[in-house]
Amino acid sequence: MFFQLIVSGISFGSLYALVALAMVIIYKTSEVPNFGQGEMSMLSTFVAYTLLVTHGHSFAVSFIGALLFAAILGIFLEFVFLRRAKDPNILSLILITLGFQMILYGLASWKWGADQRDLPFPVSDFDVINLGPAVISYLNIATLLITLILMLLLFVFFKYTKIGVAMKATQQNAMAARINGIRTNRILSITWAMSSAIGAVAGILLAPIATLDPNLMLDPLLKGFAAAVLGGMTTLVGAALGGYMLGVIENLFGGYISLEFKSVVAFGIIVLVLCFKPSGLFAKHYVRKV
Amino acid sequence: MLLEIKNIETFYTLIYALRGVSLTVEEGTITAILGNNGAGKSTILKTVMGLLDDQPDKGTIEFMGKRIDGKDPEVIVRMGLSYVPEGREVFEELSVRENLLMGAYIRRDRAAIRKDFEQIYGYFPVLREREGQWAGTLSGGEQQMLAIGRALMNRPKLLFLDEPSLGLSPILVKEIFEIIKTINQEGATILLVEQNARMALAISDIGLILENGRFVMKGKSKELIEDKDVQEFYMGMRSEESAKGYQRWKRKKRWR
Repeated sequence: MFFQLIVSGISFGSLYALVALAMVIIYKTSEVPNFGQGEMSMLSTFVAYTLLVTHGHSFAVSFIGALLFAAILGIFLEFVFLRRAKDPNILSLILITLGFQMILYGLASWKWGADQRDLPFPVSDFDVINLGPAVISYLNIATLLITLILMLLLFVFFKYTKIGVAMKATQQNAMAARINGIRTNRILSITWAMSSAIGAVAGILLAPIATLDPNLMLDPLLKGFAAAVLGGMTTLVGAALGGYMLGVIENLFGGYISLEFKSVVAFGIIVLVLCFKPSGLFAKHYVRKV
Repeated sequence: MLLEIKNIETFYTLIYALRGVSLTVEEGTITAILGNNGAGKSTILKTVMGLLDDQPDKGTIEFMGKRIDGKDPEVIVRMGLSYVPEGREVFEELSVRENLLMGAYIRRDRAAIRKDFEQIYGYFPVLREREGQWAGTLSGGEQQMLAIGRALMNRPKLLFLDEPSLGLSPILVKEIFEIIKTINQEGATILLVEQNARMALAISDIGLILENGRFVMKGKSKELIEDKDVQEFYMGMRSEESAKGYQRWKRKKRWR
């Protein structure tokens, strides 16, 4: 059973890792934990559903369409809500994200209602592969692979492309970025588009396991946030590792101690991390010399 | 005339920082702006670079005959103006190489960029040794070199230097100023803001003295070095000793 718990923990963990990555990417540039992230990916998942089921498009068209929608939604939200705030502090920025979270939630409830739906997915959750003592479903494998590929792409993007390095530069020192000719506003837009699209991937991968309704991302968002805090809000690698760790810990807790309190683990972890290592487990930051 | 500033006035919310400043920078020269803390030296550079929102409040700035006041720094940099900010402001968690690469962000000519890397490593050999290191791990002097190198990667027609000597040892200051002189001789025009009047006047062609947001003196650097007031107030020289070995009176500034 131990092995099985770890395997499914990892597979759930990759969803948390995606949400955590999405949050960290925005946190690093806009310096705000984006509490609207969950609703952004929920809405994008609904768009995938509509394209797929209501309009009968193929999987590829629907999913790519949903990702595009997510990217545009991210750019739109940043441009319309966050950029308007003049000299904002962190609290008002958080309030803004909570604000559009509610707007998006309302929008989804109004358009699609509270019915629970099933998002079809090309890979089945019921066909499994035996891995010695544990089994893993095709869907879990797909989730794991897609997450790993995305992380690899992100790594390459931030390490080897000019725009990726410019993004890191903007995160570290926006003024210095501007005097080197980097259009920081454009970088912000790209950041939000990327983050929103990653969140949408998480939503689409989650929907076949869970049920698609406006509450789809409520729980995963908080878990993803916990994962990001656990790994350190400022490092992408840390956030991803935090996601996997959280998935496994939570599953082991559910398996051996108490299934009812499984969801509480994430919040216990947030509290513990904030008490003992507030910058996160994997935050490796250069400390400014005074 | 490369840069022409006419009568600019700048506010920091309610603080009247620049009270009508005019300045021209001729091509090929080093122009030095001297002044005490809070005189407004850096504010001039920040205003010209467009880093202060909605400033200058009044006045015009022309760069190569085109108005640039009210434009964003991203646009101004693309016209050929580079800025080395006060306190270096390197990207601390990017490598030295990536920092320099960001300096060339607006350029597309890869071959020429590679050549410029060599040129900058020629000016500052220590940067080549530190190429893969995070900029935040460099010493203050190395960070200053990196900041200057990064600004040069943009191949500027006019280079702004804001207090390159800040927090550096005298030997390093000398080294950096020699390189500034070399950079100028190889074709870049330089506008320098400094508190270290002695070094600045030694390498510059024209010197200006700023007090309380106004220029109070302008002249050839060679003549300013000889000026009694400048010596007394900016270079820390005592003009006369009294018989008892200390000075009991204060020299009056003639320009007030």
